[in-house]
Amino acid sequence: MEYILIVVSAVLVNNIVLTQFLGICPFLGVSNKVSTSFGMGGAVIFVMTLATIVTYLVNYFVLDPLGIGYLQTISYILIIAALVQMVEIILKKVSPALYQALGVYLPLITTNCTILGVAILVIQKDFNLMESVVFAFSNAAGFTLALFIFAGIREQMELSDLPAGMKGIPAALIVAGLLSLAFMGFSGIV
Amino acid sequence: MNNWKNFTKGFIKENPTLVLLLGMCPTLGVSSSANNGLGMGLATTFVLVMSNLVVTLVKDFIPDKVRIPSYIVIIASFVTIVQLVMAGYFPELNAQLGIFIPLIVVNCIVLGRAEAFASKNKVIPSVLDGLGMGLGFTFSLILLGSVRELLGNLSVFGHKIVHADGALVFILAPGAFITLGFIIAVINKLKKT
Repeated sequence: MEYILIVVSAVLVNNIVLTQFLGICPFLGVSNKVSTSFGMGGAVIFVMTLATIVTYLVNYFVLDPLGIGYLQTISYILIIAALVQMVEIILKKVSPALYQALGVYLPLITTNCTILGVAILVIQKDFNLMESVVFAFSNAAGFTLALFIFAGIREQMELSDLPAGMKGIPAALIVAGLLSLAFMGFSGIV
Repeated sequence: MNNWKNFTKGFIKENPTLVLLLGMCPTLGVSSSANNGLGMGLATTFVLVMSNLVVTLVKDFIPDKVRIPSYIVIIASFVTIVQLVMAGYFPELNAQLGIFIPLIVVNCIVLGRAEAFASKNKVIPSVLDGLGMGLGFTFSLILLGSVRELLGNLSVFGHKIVHADGALVFILAPGAFITLGFIIAVINKLKKT
């Protein structure tokens, strides 16, 4: 039951992009096509779940016992950067097909603030390991959902006639605002 | 003259958020009031200036292949300093900005300036570039924060002008997206004419 609450809350009620403002750069950058939004979403789900597990373990088995919690930011960002590199190398070797699908998105993920954000949030919220994994996975799924809906709308919007100044990012931001308004309808479920 | 240009280009012409569209997450996330915007802007400015300064000093000793990770470590160190200072001296602001303080590390403006400017230029231009970009970022945060605060709460920097309720939606998430969208649209319009 607890896990279902975490999932619903992370995917719908507190959607990481539309209400927490994390991961806006890829949200605006790779949302032109529905197909690329899936690639990016898949890469984020994979890396976020993995990164959260590793940072969680490092936090409770290395940083805490040594009393160097203040190194959290530095160590996390290094772990995430190294992890992304490693995933890229392993995928290339083990599963060329998956690498083909996710490869171009992987380097972009190091600077995706959702990954670092979720890794820190998990510690702040005092989750245990299983809760953290569920939390990370559902946040990434929420990111993918938002990206997917947004890309669909933007594909349609390409065809519409907009005032010159509104074209591109401004229109996209306003659509994101309306989408965020729609997601606010979920508040109160949990 | 040239230094002056390095300093001022971040204000409007190459404004990091409104024109280059970098660092959108903190821009949207912490601009619910002008005060929050100011605090976040100054924290980021400090990190930008210091990381630009250190990157330009050490750029000749860092092998090309590992330069990005090294820059990230430099940036993360200064972010940690900001985090500790904020928690110690400004606990209220720290609670307001929350997760966005550690996330200065992944703010693309900081790494972007280190890579695009500080790694290629001398000390003084790099510091001025960092300062100018930081102030430009602060300016856009205050602008967005003021508009949202004014429409949402009918107040300026926390001072009520009219004693009535504003349109709460501008303080909440949707208002951030919509306000920023309109501000960028106005700037696009001004650029073209």
